[in-house]
Amino acid sequence: MSERVDNEAVERSREQAAIHHQRVRFYQVGSHVVGNRLLDPEQRTVQARTDRSNAITSGHRACRGCGEALGARYVLDAAMRASDGKLIAANATGCLEVFSTPFPESSWQLPWIHSVFGNAPAVASGIAAAQRAKGREEVRVIGQGGDGGTVDIGFGCLSGMFERGDDVLYVCYDNEAYMNTGVQRSGATPPAARTANTKPIGTHPGNEFGQGKDMPRIAMAHRIPYVATATVSDPHDLERKVEAAMGIRGARYLHVFVPCPLGWGSASHDTIKLARLVKETGLFPVFEAVDGEVTAVSKIRRRVPVEEYLKLQRRYAHLFGENGHLEIVARLQAIADRNIDEYGLLEVDVAPNRPNSPETRQGEGS
Amino acid sequence: MLRQMEGSAAIAQTIVGCRPEVVCAYPISPQTHIVEGISDLVRAGELDRCEYMTVESEFAAMSVCIGASAAGARAYTATASQGLLYMAEALYNASGLGLPIVMTVANRAIGAPINIWNDHSDSMSQRDSGWIQLYAESNQEAADLHVQAFRIAESLSLPVMVCMDGFVLTHAFEPIDVPEREAVDAFLPRFEPAQSLDPADPMTIGAMVGPEAYAEVKYLAHAKQMQALDTIPAVAAEFETAFGRPSGGLLRGYRIEDAETVVVALGSVLGTIEDTVDAMREEGVAIGALALKSFRPFPLEEVRAALEGTKRVLVLEKALAVGVGGIVSANVRMALSGIQLHGYTAIAGLGGRPVTGAALRGLFEDAVADRLEPLTFLDLDWERVEAELKRLAAGGRSGPHAENILREVGVVAARSH
Repeated sequence: MSERVDNEAVERSREQAAIHHQRVRFYQVGSHVVGNRLLDPEQRTVQARTDRSNAITSGHRACRGCGEALGARYVLDAAMRASDGKLIAANATGCLEVFSTPFPESSWQLPWIHSVFGNAPAVASGIAAAQRAKGREEVRVIGQGGDGGTVDIGFGCLSGMFERGDDVLYVCYDNEAYMNTGVQRSGATPPAARTANTKPIGTHPGNEFGQGKDMPRIAMAHRIPYVATATVSDPHDLERKVEAAMGIRGARYLHVFVPCPLGWGSASHDTIKLARLVKETGLFPVFEAVDGEVTAVSKIRRRVPVEEYLKLQRRYAHLFGENGHLEIVARLQAIADRNIDEYGLLEVDVAPNRPNSPETRQGEGS
Repeated sequence: MLRQMEGSAAIAQTIVGCRPEVVCAYPISPQTHIVEGISDLVRAGELDRCEYMTVESEFAAMSVCIGASAAGARAYTATASQGLLYMAEALYNASGLGLPIVMTVANRAIGAPINIWNDHSDSMSQRDSGWIQLYAESNQEAADLHVQAFRIAESLSLPVMVCMDGFVLTHAFEPIDVPEREAVDAFLPRFEPAQSLDPADPMTIGAMVGPEAYAEVKYLAHAKQMQALDTIPAVAAEFETAFGRPSGGLLRGYRIEDAETVVVALGSVLGTIEDTVDAMREEGVAIGALALKSFRPFPLEEVRAALEGTKRVLVLEKALAVGVGGIVSANVRMALSGIQLHGYTAIAGLGGRPVTGAALRGLFEDAVADRLEPLTFLDLDWERVEAELKRLAAGGRSGPHAENILREVGVVAARSH
């Protein structure tokens, strides 16, 4: 199955994507989506098109403000467009699976399979193998799951899929805990966050520091041709990354940050705001990596302290107020600061003379 | 054409003859020679359209088969022992989704204590996974059963496990007539999936089902296995016509017509059982054997019909349901419900302990004389067991049984008993 793509092919695909999408900054409007109206119709997001596939259509049972439902729609509609509608999805167990397929209803407008919790990458590999065996390589395959299905129980299958270079785009919708089972910690839960089993009880309130997996980095360590992170606050960036990933063969990984109002104790109307703030604080670096090397980062537009992000979520409520833990907030700020340094997330940090490094992206739409 | 070859090589060649489109496996003894053989044949270009994948676990191997089968490809894997257990979740899923995957189980014991030798603990543990389970008596039958398995699986949309004794069959060299490619092509039509992941006709597979319909879905799985009770013998009959030799089916009686004692078993041990039956018959003992070929579905009516004229039944099994005794026995007794006859269970051959003709002879004689306990452990070393029980009773930290017993036995790895 291995079909590693050389740098040139990736570059071509990136260039095409860049030509396709006019670089526009929507500073003036304050919203990333409304700015579509300023663009030529051809340059608007897939989501803004009347002919979008609605791969996951309305009527599903997701909570109000669900970031995962939004992320899945953005990703799949973009992937459907990129594959000319020839797309099959394999889904891990989790919220996305449960809320989309209450028997006998299904939201899925594309061929879709759910097997078990920990095997979505392997099921996707099997589907891809079947396409090759049948000479139907124009049919593309996506595997998808939440953070638990990706970084924990599905980790072995995902690593195997990466290592073999199976022709699958795997998408993790990361809401930082096991939401479907009632908000338990996962290997993607951030430090200090309250979950059902990391309650603010005892001397270490919330989730421990020093734990958790950096899944995009782990993906990069497999030297797969394409790894990217994105959030649901920036559909232009997210869709461009899906398009870039779909332009490449082999194993690809997309890690999408998707706020969960229920699990995080945030307002439903703050989902997009939180996804924007997590990037603007530096807590979630938005970047692209080709063949295991970071090639582009989305710069922070207006740096904000982590408090602005944390205070909107009750999972961090124990850090503030009378019995708050500002020292823990400081440790979280230190994580954000380290990300900013490590990824060069501020404009001033642009390294001007990196050889072979594609021009650092400004994060279209931000 | 009969050729001297290893059982695993015959299976590999047979599988390639069945033209699978996706073969996916993870290595585990004693399955390895089978999948290595298939890998060689695929690499050598014996199959024009086949993806061979080696993955990171048996769980992934079954999951790849699930994806491939759901996408309409003929899918195959092989495993054994711990590997089958590691697949367990995906096994139930494959049958629940009605995916006609075929898998070889090279039967092997389950740890702890870790043991690579043959018994039926692995496949018996998955008897309720919704897979059809066929057991081969010989390498010839194992090869033939795989051709039949694809037919049965694809006609019923159910996965099929072909169980063959690890090492005893997989690593044995004997004359085998590998089903010819052309004959297999004629016998096994191209796979036309009942459901398929196809962008031209988008379908949701694996939706959530609540209390309002779950029982009905499970009943339908049962109904399909009941249907298999007709399909399995029909396919076996067709196979015999096409290939000129009997193989498979639900069960086979051996000298049971006037038998007062019948020994029921499955797998390769039937050869030794039949030799022992022959020897005792020569001495005038009315004894016979019943070979179970299909354990799932379990042919209740056929077993009842085969055994209702006899006086006593001895079920010899290579697996143990700890805490109760026999697994096959429980099913045989269900078939004999309401019939008064002596029923015995003998647990034999666990972890590769050889089942010798001499031991069987003694066992059968005890059965014929009704001297057997309801549950007998063939060739159990009572001295060692008693010593360990005594050590336990003495209290204190006795340590792990396996290590204690091995210390007594000494360094004689897997010697014949």
